[in-house]
Amino acid sequence: MIDPKVLADYTATIGIECHVQLKTATKLFSAVGNDAREAPANTLVSHIDFGMPGALPVLNKQALYLAVKAAFALGTEPERFSKFDRKHYFYPDLPKGYQISQFDEPIIGKGAIDINVDGQIRTIGITRAHMEEDAGKSTHPAGKDYSLVDLNRAGTPLLEIVSEPDMHTSAEAKAYARELYLRMRYADVSDANLYYGNMRFDVNVSVSKTDALGTRTETKNINSFRAVEKSVDYEIARQIEQLEAGEIIVQETRGWDDTKQSTFSQRSKENADDYRYMPDPDIPPVVLAEDYIAAIKAEMPDMPNVWRKRLSNLGLDTAQTETLIDAQVDFLQENYLQLLEKVINDNALAKQIANWLVNVDVPYVREQPAESVRTIDRERLYRTTAVLVADGKLSSTNTKAMLVELLAAPSLPDDIAAYASDKGYIQESDEGAIAAIVAQVITDNPKAAEDVRNGEMKAIGFLTGQVMKLSQGKANPALAGQLIKKHLGL
Amino acid sequence: MAWDSIATIARKVQAGEITALDQVTAAFKTIEDKQEFSAIIATLEDRALERAKIIDDRIAKGEAVGRLAGVPFIAKDNFLVFGAETTAASNILRGFTAPYQATAIERLEAEGAICVAKANLDAFAHGSSTENSDFMVTKNPHDVTRVPGGSSGGSAAAVMLDMAPFALGTDTGGSIRLPASYCGAVGYKPTYGLVSRSGVVAMASSTDVIGPITKTVDDSALVLDVMSGLDDMDGTTIPAEAAGYIDLNGDLVGKKIGVVKEYMAEGIAPGVRERIEAAIEQLKAAGAVVSEVSLPSLPTALAVYYILCPAEVSSNLSRYDGQRYGHSYKDAKDLTESYKKSRSTGFGKEAKRRIMIGTYVLSSGYYDAYYKKAQTVRTKLINEFNDALSQVDFLLGPTAADVAFKIGENTDDPLKMYLTDILTVAANLVGVPSINIPVGSVDGLPVGLQLMAAQRQDRALLSIAKKVEELQI
Repeated sequence: MIDPKVLADYTATIGIECHVQLKTATKLFSAVGNDAREAPANTLVSHIDFGMPGALPVLNKQALYLAVKAAFALGTEPERFSKFDRKHYFYPDLPKGYQISQFDEPIIGKGAIDINVDGQIRTIGITRAHMEEDAGKSTHPAGKDYSLVDLNRAGTPLLEIVSEPDMHTSAEAKAYARELYLRMRYADVSDANLYYGNMRFDVNVSVSKTDALGTRTETKNINSFRAVEKSVDYEIARQIEQLEAGEIIVQETRGWDDTKQSTFSQRSKENADDYRYMPDPDIPPVVLAEDYIAAIKAEMPDMPNVWRKRLSNLGLDTAQTETLIDAQVDFLQENYLQLLEKVINDNALAKQIANWLVNVDVPYVREQPAESVRTIDRERLYRTTAVLVADGKLSSTNTKAMLVELLAAPSLPDDIAAYASDKGYIQESDEGAIAAIVAQVITDNPKAAEDVRNGEMKAIGFLTGQVMKLSQGKANPALAGQLIKKHLGL
Repeated sequence: MAWDSIATIARKVQAGEITALDQVTAAFKTIEDKQEFSAIIATLEDRALERAKIIDDRIAKGEAVGRLAGVPFIAKDNFLVFGAETTAASNILRGFTAPYQATAIERLEAEGAICVAKANLDAFAHGSSTENSDFMVTKNPHDVTRVPGGSSGGSAAAVMLDMAPFALGTDTGGSIRLPASYCGAVGYKPTYGLVSRSGVVAMASSTDVIGPITKTVDDSALVLDVMSGLDDMDGTTIPAEAAGYIDLNGDLVGKKIGVVKEYMAEGIAPGVRERIEAAIEQLKAAGAVVSEVSLPSLPTALAVYYILCPAEVSSNLSRYDGQRYGHSYKDAKDLTESYKKSRSTGFGKEAKRRIMIGTYVLSSGYYDAYYKKAQTVRTKLINEFNDALSQVDFLLGPTAADVAFKIGENTDDPLKMYLTDILTVAANLVGVPSINIPVGSVDGLPVGLQLMAAQRQDRALLSIAKKVEELQI
């Protein structure tokens, strides 16, 4: 452990490069399936991905469309002019001997996103984001004199998002990584499945006691938010310990060992590779028309920061807000936020539904195995329920019970009010009927009645409970309370 | 035997007057009889005979066949023809069988044309004489001691030797027009992007074009008409002109032709100059308005070309690494040695030279001084061409500074060899269409006239070329 006083002398600077796999049906430059998760090795490979003589890349229009959406999701607009370049190096999983990427004129320029760290909003700059193709996958079987190459992944469309070195703590790094994830999911640009490597983070960390930046290390291919946080903590501590011991930091690429929870040296970057970037003459520059950009802008959904504000305005606290922000991407099919969007102008209704979502719906769905969750018309369910509650026909206990039942039902009943009635959820709000029960209860419980008359108001609760019991739970408890008081002349 | 025009052969085959099988058989006989010219790397007997029979069967059944029915043709061996070995005349691709097919081949075969053979070339199309082939040196049909020009030397020689009515070539810096000039053929380099490059071994992607080599302008135009237009497999393709490229109906009267001053400067052999000047006189007599135009940056074109072309070559040849197909060095002890040995034993001298130059000009610290500067000059050249072609309809000059040179004459001096392209590279850098038309000979060796037009003016260029051809200069 480092002495906290020593730690306080240093400022850490963190920048993150994130690779996001774009959600296209086919690869970036060839008409071959893009989902390599379960495919046998080398079955998703065309002559283009294989680097055959004479094979030419042709830009996938859907990838471009998603990159334009990503630009808006990153708080900016797409560049009107961008181009593709070749980045040269030799490796068996790079069939052409170059990777097609975007060097100096990427599709996305400067942007910015807000992150929330312990209630504090911080703005993190985006330097740029560019499209590029993924390489294949090499494996080196232990003890064998060969390596294996699987080109299924070669040519998969990626968006590399480069942040400004605007972060200074592991919490910020984690929050930034998570915010990118949310935005890519909200914009429907990527499945961003971290387990399958749809989203990978390269984290650059340096520490310094002065205003000048220290030598940085880059920890590559991190695939969880927690590992982003832990690797930053580890690197900050390691670098400070090294500097305190009078050693220097070597600029290098490091890896993350999730078992040991530590980073390890992979290769030194002292001799910068010369990739001999060159504009790719096979791919005409991408020139975007204004109406194309405008059409995509118009269909962009609201990003999480917009929703945070809205939900907070509805009176939800941070935890409740984040529950819905997360649920939106965890169960995309439920469309929670789209539902709220439809009722957002009716503040009371929106607030009521938001509470049901947070307290009933999300907890219910979270507990179900994914395959048993059914997508139902939640708008009708919640609107009808709200009307029943407003009419005093549903108690809060009954509301919750009924909602859980209906969320689990194979289908939503056509007449929810009739269903509530049939199932006995409707509470009695007919004054006459309740008054009769109240009279009966007071007769049966003279001691309690007397207590109430003597000002012991706790006894009203007991009497109300008895009314509920006698009415088999159907009486409106608020009305019952009023009638008890009236009956006792209070 | 001498061939009828392509349109005539196809019409006769369609009418059942002659068979596709006879055409193909005749092509193979000529190819065999003229082996000493080393124009052909491989013949495709099984494939061609099978296709000929299918066409003849369909005609017998009264079914429709395409507008090139039964017409044999020869493809330069950098075109991928399905199921056939494709080597680009390089050892590194020896044994490589094409698993897919070039769009150009696909379109020609869809109209009933039959690929009968693969023609020799400078390996990877690097060269101006076809001496850089790793397999053999093609001889000029007019003089076996001379080169046919390059890099499409096999294709040009094959056409002039009547091995087939047409052949396909590629033109990156003059590789169709120069051999056409040396062999006395019509060689057509279309506007960049007019014919898909998909399935053609890339040399320099930003200047590579595909075109026909024929004996007549009409034949070239018909082949272009079939091959041209947008292709989903090549993002740089452009649409064909609405009028297409057949039924050419040009007129020389009143056409403004600019003689490029820099192309008539010193260095042009007297015999060639005499033929070009004679052609100019005949064009004037036929009603063309001939003037002199200057393209001041033209003398830099060759230098620009020999920076940009090797840069792209070094990149395009990266994929030949011995790991997936073609030549692979078997006894390497590790990956690095496998790369080094596969490439150093697989590539010839010229490919290595261009890889080294290209790698150098793209290297960090040199990129701006070479590659970027060359692109700047290229843009200047494009502007000068645009200006000139807004004042005149066509540009004119010789295709080559001299007639075909002797085999071995330039092989020890790469710079001298590169100078052979001096009159042709500009059209590639600028992307404009350009054609070689034979205009007589000097001591029995053909001289070629080069005409250029603005981008996408291919129909106009072919139309005027047909008129020039009719003058029988």
